[in-house]
Amino acid sequence: MAVRHTIVGIGSPRELEEALRAAYYLADEELSTAAYLALALGKPLLLEGAPGVGKTEAAKAIAGVLGRTLLRLQCYEGIDASAALYEWNFPRQMLALRRQSEGAGGNVDIYSDEFLIERPMLACLRRPQETVLLIDEIDRSDHEFEAFLLEFLSDFQISIPERGAIRAYERPVVILTSNRTRELHEALRRRCVYHWIEYPTPEREMRIIMIRASGVSERAARAVVAAVGRLRREPLAKHPGIAEAVEWAEAATLLNEQGARWPDAFRRSLGVVLKDEDDLVHIAPRIDAILAEAQA
Amino acid sequence: MIDTARPIAHFLGFIALLRRSDFAVAPEQTIAWLAAIELLGPQEIGDIRRAARATLAPPPERFAEFDALFDAHFLGSIVPGLEGEPSEEEPLKVAEDSSVGPEPIFGEEIRESGAKAATAERLSARRFGPGGEGEKLRLFSRALPARMPKRRGYRWRSARGGAGTDARRMFRDAMRHAGEIVSLRHRQRRLRQRRVVVLIDVSGSMKERTQAHLAFAHALVRAADSVEVFTIGTRLTRITRPLRLRNREQALASASLLVADWDGGTRIGDALNAFLAVPRFSALARGAALVVLSDGLERGDPTAMADAVARFARLCWRIIWLTPLAADPAFEARTAGLVAARPYLDRLADGSSIDSICANVLAMANEKAA
Repeated sequence: MAVRHTIVGIGSPRELEEALRAAYYLADEELSTAAYLALALGKPLLLEGAPGVGKTEAAKAIAGVLGRTLLRLQCYEGIDASAALYEWNFPRQMLALRRQSEGAGGNVDIYSDEFLIERPMLACLRRPQETVLLIDEIDRSDHEFEAFLLEFLSDFQISIPERGAIRAYERPVVILTSNRTRELHEALRRRCVYHWIEYPTPEREMRIIMIRASGVSERAARAVVAAVGRLRREPLAKHPGIAEAVEWAEAATLLNEQGARWPDAFRRSLGVVLKDEDDLVHIAPRIDAILAEAQA
Repeated sequence: MIDTARPIAHFLGFIALLRRSDFAVAPEQTIAWLAAIELLGPQEIGDIRRAARATLAPPPERFAEFDALFDAHFLGSIVPGLEGEPSEEEPLKVAEDSSVGPEPIFGEEIRESGAKAATAERLSARRFGPGGEGEKLRLFSRALPARMPKRRGYRWRSARGGAGTDARRMFRDAMRHAGEIVSLRHRQRRLRQRRVVVLIDVSGSMKERTQAHLAFAHALVRAADSVEVFTIGTRLTRITRPLRLRNREQALASASLLVADWDGGTRIGDALNAFLAVPRFSALARGAALVVLSDGLERGDPTAMADAVARFARLCWRIIWLTPLAADPAFEARTAGLVAARPYLDRLADGSSIDSICANVLAMANEKAA
């Protein structure tokens, strides 16, 4: 196993945590350890967690810290190789052939690079030092795509029938995320360094709101964190994520600046946190009590 | 390197402990963990724990158990009930038809894991007479292949028409005609039948119906590409193989010989968990349509049943639960187990007759997720 101890000057989980903080991402010790190990061991990093806990943000922050471009591959049901790997540019190939048959130029190789349309996975293989590949919401893809990924993630090699195998000259940085709407295959988990992202602790969520939102008072942030924490214990269809908490704090602050009183500002901007009619109906009778408790 | 040998043995001991406790740990994960420990220093026990969590990847719902084992192994704390006793005191038995070898041998001794039988278990063999619903099942078998739930395969096949053009094929054709596109080619994803997993409750409360259920399962196994059938009661038994026999009476007779827990009590939650605990079985449920034929009268812990159904919901494509009690129009889920499991079911419907079971299974393909 090829181990690299330092990547862009980062030699320990703590240093990675600091670098991520400078990129406005507050990682806990577990996440920074897992991310550091993934980078050092050259393994893919698999992040699982409820929607809105910051999985995609973590990938963006890691790409930022490494100074690499993030290539995002959003998975969906029915995703296939032409969306993930490569596609031939058929119109261009056709034009080149026509030009050649009309006597315009010499011999054209229609399977050369200029006719190849790169998709994220191929791009990542060809430029592993400049890119971070994010395979987002892999639980949405089909089982076949998962099996195909397995092959890609173990060898970092793909084959194009017209061109032969293309292999990364060093192990690329790959981050996978899953909302766990379905269980991923055991073999895929095995190949990755795994981290389950929990909702942050109240203190950490408050620090996240303070660095992410602009002009939110500490008191408002604390109230938002308490209320959101309470909402996450309710049986809702969609629990508020961190992004929603940040937005709620910002929205309520904005309303407050325009003259709304505090509990009222929170109540009026509730649509930023709960975006499901059933959830709003469910919470309506108790929202006053929750807000009062949060502000105390 | 005598110095490093001892700590490594200690780490490997933890891996062995995990495996004894039903955690799946692959050798490459062990290697990654050891590399990670070396990489991190390690300066404190927390480093080793975090490295273990990241590289050995325990499933989130077993974090607490994982940590307890870690503490027990590295910190020496004693965890009652965890060390040496991997699962519950009374593990549910898993019986299986012989799945290796080309020719099935029926009536052979049943392979069993687990220590002792449940006290309430009543082992008895049951005989089947010829069923009177042959005609209905014949119609069902005929209608089934066209109406099985499908999934899109990964591969393409050429098609007569449709939205997708097959540029690659068109282009290859054009090469043969001096770069001239002669005809449009189309392609579409190949459709494949989804696997269906049938769980048949054979407990005492379902006594009158098990024969019909087995006959239904037989028709299903014969007509569809990929079906797996299990019986659940006080134990879990795989009966897919005998049901592949063409002759129904023969198939049912061989299947009923395998099942040893006719008319016993019901521990649905335990049976479902036993199913999930066997990796080969849970792989069968992945992406499959799950049909449960049970009244949901759980004698055991209803939360175990709900947890198991929740796990099935994440593995399976759809879950339909057919209960004979639902023949009553005023039926709703009332037993604790079924109430807790209800949110994870895509459909809870009538399973009182062969007719309604067949209709529900045939309707499955056209159904949107609940």
